[in-house]
Amino acid sequence: MNAHVRFSADEQREMLDAELAGRFPDARGRFGPYGGRYVPETLIPALERLEAGMREHLHREDFQRELGSQLRDWVGRPTALSHAPRLSAAWGADIWFKREDLAHTGAHKINNAVGQALLAQRLGARRIVAETGAGQHGVATAAACARLGLPCVVYMGAIDMERQAPNVGRMRLLGAEVVPVTGGDQTLRAAIDEALRDWVADPMGTFYLLGSAVGPHPYPYLVRELQSIIGREARAQFIEHSGSLPDAVFACVGGGSNSIGMFHAFVPDRSVEIIGIEAGGRGVALGENAASLSYGWPGVLQGCYSLLLQDENGQIHETDSISAGLDYPGVGPEHALLMAAGRVRYESATDGEALAALTECSRLEGILPALETAHALHGAKRWAEKNPGKRAVICMSGRGDKDMPTLQRTLLAGNSGVAS
Amino acid sequence: MNVKPAEKLSMAIRDAAARGEPAIVAFMTAGFPSAPKFREHLLAVAAGADVVEIGVPFTDPMADGMTIQRSSQGALKQGVSLRWILAELAAMQRPSAPLVLMSYLNPLLQYGYAKLATEAAAAGVCGFIVPDLPFDEGAELRTALAKTGVALVQMVTPVTTPERLSLVCSASEGFVYAVTMTGTTGKNVAVPDTVLDYLDRVSKASPVPVCAGFGIRSREQVAKLREHVAGVVVGSALVEVLERGDDPTAWLQGLRPSAPRSPQHDG
Repeated sequence: MNAHVRFSADEQREMLDAELAGRFPDARGRFGPYGGRYVPETLIPALERLEAGMREHLHREDFQRELGSQLRDWVGRPTALSHAPRLSAAWGADIWFKREDLAHTGAHKINNAVGQALLAQRLGARRIVAETGAGQHGVATAAACARLGLPCVVYMGAIDMERQAPNVGRMRLLGAEVVPVTGGDQTLRAAIDEALRDWVADPMGTFYLLGSAVGPHPYPYLVRELQSIIGREARAQFIEHSGSLPDAVFACVGGGSNSIGMFHAFVPDRSVEIIGIEAGGRGVALGENAASLSYGWPGVLQGCYSLLLQDENGQIHETDSISAGLDYPGVGPEHALLMAAGRVRYESATDGEALAALTECSRLEGILPALETAHALHGAKRWAEKNPGKRAVICMSGRGDKDMPTLQRTLLAGNSGVAS
Repeated sequence: MNVKPAEKLSMAIRDAAARGEPAIVAFMTAGFPSAPKFREHLLAVAAGADVVEIGVPFTDPMADGMTIQRSSQGALKQGVSLRWILAELAAMQRPSAPLVLMSYLNPLLQYGYAKLATEAAAAGVCGFIVPDLPFDEGAELRTALAKTGVALVQMVTPVTTPERLSLVCSASEGFVYAVTMTGTTGKNVAVPDTVLDYLDRVSKASPVPVCAGFGIRSREQVAKLREHVAGVVVGSALVEVLERGDDPTAWLQGLRPSAPRSPQHDG
């Protein structure tokens, strides 16, 4: 539990009721206390245009029909819901995977990328810019832009380019220009800063295709709407298979896009425990992890009021995680709300725990998960020990091929690491 | 005499403009290039300027270009914080020009608005410029600063819609910061006629003086802007002057259209 975030039972009930009634984000782009639009004045008209365009198109039948056919015929949705029999036997609970790793380009990121790219096309954008951490959002955006014939520039931290090298090549093959970011912390946060700077230079012709449920309003809402297909499918598939709801759902949380996508459909189901797993890195001290919901307190970063890993002067702190996709000092405002309202529990898993879970899943289920996803796997394992026989669905947010450089350095280095 | 800090700011700009030259609002990042020399640099900058804008360094300066990103990092490495800046200002000889603090929102938020308003006014700060706080999110800070008469300066840009322009201008205190271009700080820009038209519109809409900023680094630019705005903001170019160890007072004086030409000003 985060000691910086305390709300009374009445406040919690009020927030949850408003969330369930669909009153968030409100007119000011807020999820309760969190969210908003903290950006340079130059971006205000662009965000207003995006919001107006989104309201006009997103839920219209012709847009949904086009998005639906891209998701079905090109992305490969619906993705499977797989039972994990050997992992279930090992952990003692009944474990299921929502297989976003089977979506085109290997992760859930494509759901959002193709949706926003279609929107950009309708809004007459001349070019697309995006940021990427693990490279999955960059690859998804590059692919969606290639599919729709839009020029694409992806900003990526220099450190991430090194640790996710295979994805840099994939983006380039897909026709995107990948720009290394050498300023700031050289990871996802610096890449977002640089993408914002690019957008500030051409706010009307450029569309910023943001990959996580963070940033200024309306992005947290837009990304959630495009990702919540994950939870809707998973919920329907689980009910179809088992005739009832699961006892718990799990997802990893960095900025929070696969998790908000997984959780959103389950928020009204009070019987379902919802658990998000953050990157616990090397330890609990500031700078040793990327678990902003577990250890952060409220502040403003990159357009949004949410929980941040920062120092007492309000400087944003560097984070540490073995997984580039979770290595971010903030988190989407809707997660901050869901924690404040007491509806979702957020925990963390360390680098070592994630690596062990990755090994177990690979050997027992024949699925090499992304390092991000491995954090959620560990969270589910910990839950399973206390909940034998119960049923959990884990969002398998992406595949682990992109992590080979990191895995070569860790699990595959010498004969240490890989437990047999 | 009991003039509100915000009015002191407007007056300094109007006085300069009344002398037939745009007021020079000079930006420096606090503690860059050297924290121990902050007071000395500030006095030297103030001696050549009509208003000094002091940058509070932040880890994620999303509206700034390479120079101010570098100066912010350099200052943070030396441990510069808002707390340190206010303590330095309170302890030093009051500079000849009114002071404005430029800060991204989060350092102000963590400091606490009420404490900030009191301590800033006591340290001689007349206003704040907060690049990631658009008008719509600014009510809380504006109200807190108003208690001690400190200005919250609003920014407008070439893409601000006409309705929003009058709204933001009428809410701005001290002056209106008219961003000359879409983009980050520090680029060297020509000043095309469309920008002059836009600046005329801002000046017409604004009850407080208008200062143009972003990309201004030469006397030719200042001369071209003089008929259209009450003041100009020079930032990255001055930070580079301080970084090179050149004399900021002389450099700032050379920006004034009436000054004799000097070889250190590029066109």
